[in-house]
Amino acid sequence: MSTKHESTTRTLLVALVVSLVSSVFVAGSAVVLKPIQLENRLIDKQRNILSIAGIGKPDLSSKEVKDLFASSIKARVVDLQTGEYTDAFDPLTFDPLKASKDPKLSAALPLAQDIALIKRRERYATVYMVEHDGKLDSLVLPVRGYGLWSTLFGFMAVKSDLKTVIGFGFYQHAETPGLGGEVDNPKWKALWPGKVLFDASGKPAIRIVKGNVDPSNPNAAYQVDALAGATLTSNGVDRLLQFWLGEQGFGPYLAKLRAQGA
Amino acid sequence: MSHPTMKEVLFNPVFANNPIALQILGICSALAVTSNLNTALVMSIALTLVTAFSNLFISMIRLHIPSSIRMIVQMVIIASLVILVDQVLRAYAFNIAKQLSVFVGLIITNCIVMGRAEGFAMQNPPLLSFLDGIGNGLGYSAMLLLLGVIRELFGAGKLFGIDIIPLVKDGGWYQPNGLLLLPPSAFFLIGLIIWALRQWRRNQIEPAAFTLAHQVSDKEGI
Repeated sequence: MSTKHESTTRTLLVALVVSLVSSVFVAGSAVVLKPIQLENRLIDKQRNILSIAGIGKPDLSSKEVKDLFASSIKARVVDLQTGEYTDAFDPLTFDPLKASKDPKLSAALPLAQDIALIKRRERYATVYMVEHDGKLDSLVLPVRGYGLWSTLFGFMAVKSDLKTVIGFGFYQHAETPGLGGEVDNPKWKALWPGKVLFDASGKPAIRIVKGNVDPSNPNAAYQVDALAGATLTSNGVDRLLQFWLGEQGFGPYLAKLRAQGA
Repeated sequence: MSHPTMKEVLFNPVFANNPIALQILGICSALAVTSNLNTALVMSIALTLVTAFSNLFISMIRLHIPSSIRMIVQMVIIASLVILVDQVLRAYAFNIAKQLSVFVGLIITNCIVMGRAEGFAMQNPPLLSFLDGIGNGLGYSAMLLLLGVIRELFGAGKLFGIDIIPLVKDGGWYQPNGLLLLPPSAFFLIGLIIWALRQWRRNQIEPAAFTLAHQVSDKEGI
């Protein structure tokens, strides 16, 4: 190598040019491909809502997912404090996660109430309803909370009695594959349908317990076996359910629905 | 250094100088993504493209890279290409991108890419380097696809997700070997493939690094 290539100025110049050219490519690809990626994420979310509500087959194409979602699911935005529906936002474009970062649309949770460790809770949430002849058939509620490494984002689908589980699952998380990541395991998800979320007085009663659930136990309907080797993820899932089913979450909304005799 | 021909750089890495079987590089991703053929195929294509283009770009500017920062310059180019591939996968193959998760990002640290950049592209002209990247990608792909076929066919009775062997649980006769779906099985398979390859091409057998000393007393182990 000639010494010309090795001078400090030359070294800095090469570093600068290589970095600049590379960053243009990286930034360019991120910007150009973003709309397609967002569309993919939306379809993935809709696919999850459909599958957790038990509608449609698992291997639908993107277009089929969109059509089925549009024809069978009604999305509404709910005011979590009052439990009333609101038309202030379009449920299709309302982004609860973005709202949870907007001081006008959300409030910081006091530590004692923040059992799901989400820090801020948005005032509004999108719920998804499946209706049959104008009557509620099933209801899909978004839930989220912190596990071991990451926030888990998922949906809980309940029957029209508002307490029996149809399906429960997460569509986004970064828990340890093979341990906490087993929240995605179909076998674990299959434990959920038929479980009961609330006791007779309407309090959240569902718990994740260690060890197999004994079917003869009077509380068996409220209990789900925890994930083996993933205590912290299981605790996180347990707490996020307590939170979103409780007073800080969908409690007021569900109470209102019950009062209407849904 | 003798001048390698295009044919040599393109096809030698498949059997004669396979990056996984002879150079023992890129084992980690070969264990992780080969439980089914879909991910193995996408990973192979991704790695082949990254190796080829990183070789091409690095070779194009090889005479301008000061040797004091050559590694970091190679790294910047490789990392940019990997991010590009990751973004494209997320846009056009969302489900597969989800399954591959961190492994696309980890191509950055794949020794094959870095090894070819440092070992070949820094000394050879662009076209030859590009072909060398494709060739090593093919070698990696050949191994991944072979592992993918064995693991998916005997572990799940499928190829590309399509049923090939009827499983017992679906009323067929084949009881799948669940171990094959777990990463350690790829380790055993790679070992067996390396052994088979070295039986066939005996020049790949490495000389022993040391010989075991003779036992001098029958009380040594006491």
